[in-house]
Amino acid sequence: MSEREPIQSSMQISRTTGQGGEACLLLTGSCTLSALGRRMGDLSDELASYASDPNLHWDLTKIDQMDDVGAVLLWRSWGGSRPEYLSIRPDQERLFSRLGKAPPLPSLPAREPLWIAVRIGGGAILLWEHLTSIVILAGQLLLDMKYLIAHPARIPWREISANLFRTGAQALGITALVGFLIGVVLSYLSSKQLQMFGADIFIINILGMSIIRELGPMLAAILVAGRSGSSMTAQLGVMRVNEELDALTVMGIPHSLRLVLPKVIGLGIAMPLVVMWTSAIALMGGMVVAELQLGLSYQFFLHNLPDAVPLANLWLGLSKGVVCGMIIALIACHFGLRIKSDTESLGIGTTNSVVTAITVVIIIDAIFAVIFSDVGIR
Amino acid sequence: MTTSGVNAVEVEDLHSRFGSHVIHEDINLSVKRGEVLGLVGSSGSGKTVLLRQMLGLEMPSQGSVRIFGQSVHKSDRSELQQIRNRCGVLFQKGALFSALSVFDNIALPMRELHTLNETMVRDLVMLKLEMVEIGSQHANKMPAELSGGMIKRIALARAMALNPELLFLDEPTSGLDPVLSEGFVNLIQALRRELTLTIVMATHDLDTLAALSDRVAVLADQRLLALGNLQEVMSTKHPFITKFFLGDRGKKALGSNGYIL
Repeated sequence: MSEREPIQSSMQISRTTGQGGEACLLLTGSCTLSALGRRMGDLSDELASYASDPNLHWDLTKIDQMDDVGAVLLWRSWGGSRPEYLSIRPDQERLFSRLGKAPPLPSLPAREPLWIAVRIGGGAILLWEHLTSIVILAGQLLLDMKYLIAHPARIPWREISANLFRTGAQALGITALVGFLIGVVLSYLSSKQLQMFGADIFIINILGMSIIRELGPMLAAILVAGRSGSSMTAQLGVMRVNEELDALTVMGIPHSLRLVLPKVIGLGIAMPLVVMWTSAIALMGGMVVAELQLGLSYQFFLHNLPDAVPLANLWLGLSKGVVCGMIIALIACHFGLRIKSDTESLGIGTTNSVVTAITVVIIIDAIFAVIFSDVGIR
Repeated sequence: MTTSGVNAVEVEDLHSRFGSHVIHEDINLSVKRGEVLGLVGSSGSGKTVLLRQMLGLEMPSQGSVRIFGQSVHKSDRSELQQIRNRCGVLFQKGALFSALSVFDNIALPMRELHTLNETMVRDLVMLKLEMVEIGSQHANKMPAELSGGMIKRIALARAMALNPELLFLDEPTSGLDPVLSEGFVNLIQALRRELTLTIVMATHDLDTLAALSDRVAVLADQRLLALGNLQEVMSTKHPFITKFFLGDRGKKALGSNGYIL
């Protein structure tokens, strides 16, 4: 058996004179993608310069192998039509005739003249769509709750507990780390300032109020929105891509009852607990620095904390947790269910979900601050 | 390597295990240049795993896979890239990039070469589309807007983008109706007439197998049960082969392709 040479000799161009004395261009060697390789650009220029002479006779019959890349290279250098004098083999003829027939790429539709108006209007309609469909989803959840109260056996306990574990228990590590560090930084900076006024004791008030009322819930909510919100959106999106959502529909299992509600309830329960945990760890971080910087003992700190921070602040922080948790889950599910079955929409949907959830969490915090401005503050 | 000129793919002494689960034991297989090898086996017999190992997507527990005489699992990056540029792969579900249009999907491997200019890429993509009989009006569509049969054909066009010498087909006709399957088989046959193509094809479809493959490899019970042309394979006595080729469906498919049973 004759072994085929794996590395083919690349195409060679030589000028000769034909029998009738006419100028001839003889092409030899292989005219394929793998053989031409990096010479493609140079060859294309060289061939184009030859092609400018209309009286040149092109002889391709000595070419060993030619594929469509080689054919396109020649075709382009001829300027999209055959030269007047051309001798080719039947197999090459097939390639070139196919090239001549190949339709051009249809151009994309031109941009609307009023594209700015179209863009802005489209954005407004999209915002309206998001708002209405979130309201519809929330309403559907209320109806589901009513149904579940009438049929307690249908309550998806397993899903709720799985969500509780994923969004609560598994979030403890990251929230503890971030909470502790924020507590340390806050306590360090505040104690420096307080020392100047000799008001060391007020470190307890500053840390207690800011962490329990504001920082604990906000840190926890932002971390959970990034962590659990994105995973919920991506999960629903992948279920859409995999047609799992359609499979649930044809089994008569509603998405809202089996997928959305357990997430909303799960995060509604997990979130206040995560908030409490984050606040506690952040306070510990603050306490450690207060001891080091100001010499306030742990016992003194803990003993004076209840006097410095009214209990209402704790309830405020926890209720922020409940509301934020449920809203984060709702937004994540809303964006998850809107994902279409392609990868790009999956990425965009997840990003939008997290950005929206974090923004809404901060808006909720502001609303709480306005409504409860004279609660828990002495 | 003396055999590298003749064989496109060589699988030697290949074992694969996932934990304690044994998938392949001592598989030896070679694919000659220019032939079509059909890979047959029941579900779970490790056809896809073997195909993925040939592509270098998975490591075998033991043994080696060589493509054009180069080890797939031990070559360095540039050697591997050279092998990959000579291979085309058609995945079972097409694996078109859903973020790119049909045109860009086929143009991607050409642009990655950095040797072709954009006008040439455009001409070549339109040629490939015409080759798989996809009208130019579909060129700007996204994969999500296409039917299953079109996705398969466009995926084939992408696999053929760099005129590969070696083509891997994973279930090329699954999910296609009989008319489309036949069209696909005719397309592959037409391609083989024009180009020197070596094809490794994993399939369940007896019609496709009978129409395309020069040799058939049967995987079952973790081993390579039989390797040879269809007639030889069918004469091997094994419950799986008997059931697969000589069941009612098998007889019908093979009978219509002119095989004597």
